[in-house]
Amino acid sequence: MNKVVDNADVAVSDIQDNATLGLGGFGLCGIPENSISALIRKGTKGLTCISNNAGVDDFGIGLMLKTRQVKKMISSYVGENEEFERQLLNGELLVDLIPQGTLATRLLAAGYGMPAIYTPAGVGTEVALNKEVRNFNGKDYLLEHAFEIDFSIIKAWRGDTHGNLVFRKTSRNFNPLIGMAGKITIAEVEELVPAGDLDPDHVHLPGIYVHRIFKGHDYEKRIEQRTVRQA
Amino acid sequence: MLDKNGIARRIAHEIKNGMYVNLGIGIPTLVANFIPKGIDVVLQSENGLLGIGPFPIAGEEDADLINAGKQTITTVPGSSFFDSALSFGMIRAGKVDLTILGAMEVSENGDIANWKIPGKMVKGMGGAMDLVASARNIIVAMQHVNKAGESKLLSTCDLPITGLRCVKKIVTELAVIDVLPEGGFYLVERAPGVSVEHIRNSTAGKLVVPDVVPEMNPD
Repeated sequence: MNKVVDNADVAVSDIQDNATLGLGGFGLCGIPENSISALIRKGTKGLTCISNNAGVDDFGIGLMLKTRQVKKMISSYVGENEEFERQLLNGELLVDLIPQGTLATRLLAAGYGMPAIYTPAGVGTEVALNKEVRNFNGKDYLLEHAFEIDFSIIKAWRGDTHGNLVFRKTSRNFNPLIGMAGKITIAEVEELVPAGDLDPDHVHLPGIYVHRIFKGHDYEKRIEQRTVRQA
Repeated sequence: MLDKNGIARRIAHEIKNGMYVNLGIGIPTLVANFIPKGIDVVLQSENGLLGIGPFPIAGEEDADLINAGKQTITTVPGSSFFDSALSFGMIRAGKVDLTILGAMEVSENGDIANWKIPGKMVKGMGGAMDLVASARNIIVAMQHVNKAGESKLLSTCDLPITGLRCVKKIVTELAVIDVLPEGGFYLVERAPGVSVEHIRNSTAGKLVVPDVVPEMNPD
């Protein structure tokens, strides 16, 4: 059950061009920094990236946009970077915008082995175009399909050698959901401990969903909006 | 006429003891500053937190602790963290009592448009479509007219819709307005110093004006 690999480069080594990736994080919070750097070193191209956001110009998925490795983004909120906007307006990048809860629940469905879900989000909007609408108890819902993801790349706070993961504060966000939806899931952690060191009651994502785990290093953990109050 | 803080202060009066509340970005975020003392509420952040606290003291920011606007925050005693599916699960299941958000347009039957302007860079709907499709009670905080001076309270929305028949109440710099179940904007209160005529001229949709329209309590 030992899922440990040496580093990010080893973890992403078999990700091929045109793969569909899921990436954890909300904004720049809880993003898999080490794996993104490794994908840039590897130069994998034509990627479809399922991620709530697309990073900023010089951090996160924004770095992979700059190196032109991304063919398509599937996200709920994007455009916090100029390069993204330039590629989108020039038709160099495809973008699917979907409601945040729909994104989360399509991932959940994949991890729960369910082919689809019904959600009211987007009924009566352009999101509903060409989708099945079904009425339950007097309210309309859209049929939305579970995601199919080749490689999921996530970041946790602590993990053990079996791949059990614990997340920290709001950096949990999409990470366990992306993690449960991947055919292959790669987890990078700030602290890697032997199996048995995590309290089983405190595990957020069981290791059965995780195929590779490594201890990341040099986390920048950039803050997008630093807001403070006077003491 | 109210400024942004005035709109937020008025909306804070709609928050009742024991409520779970989701605050959107912009004016809605300011509402947290005006929740009356003694009112016990829990603020939900859809990125995965119940129990948003104030901004951190400088030097105590935590990159792992942000709100849905990606701002650094703190937690209050009794808070909890969860993933994005559970977060939208509790929203979809109607557990969140009140949602306060901004809008570009609201129609007289309660439709809301707040995510896309054709021809401009589209950033996405984030969680807005999920929130408006499921929230039990939605209050919109917005300016009554846009920068071109055109009313944002319309018979039907011109911009792409975020959700249908969902807005219950609107608070603007001019007025407090309820959206009637049968359609129409019911004038509940005038902002200090604002006439019914001013509100009528600024409202493109059907405005229903009772015999007496009280002026808002400025506190």
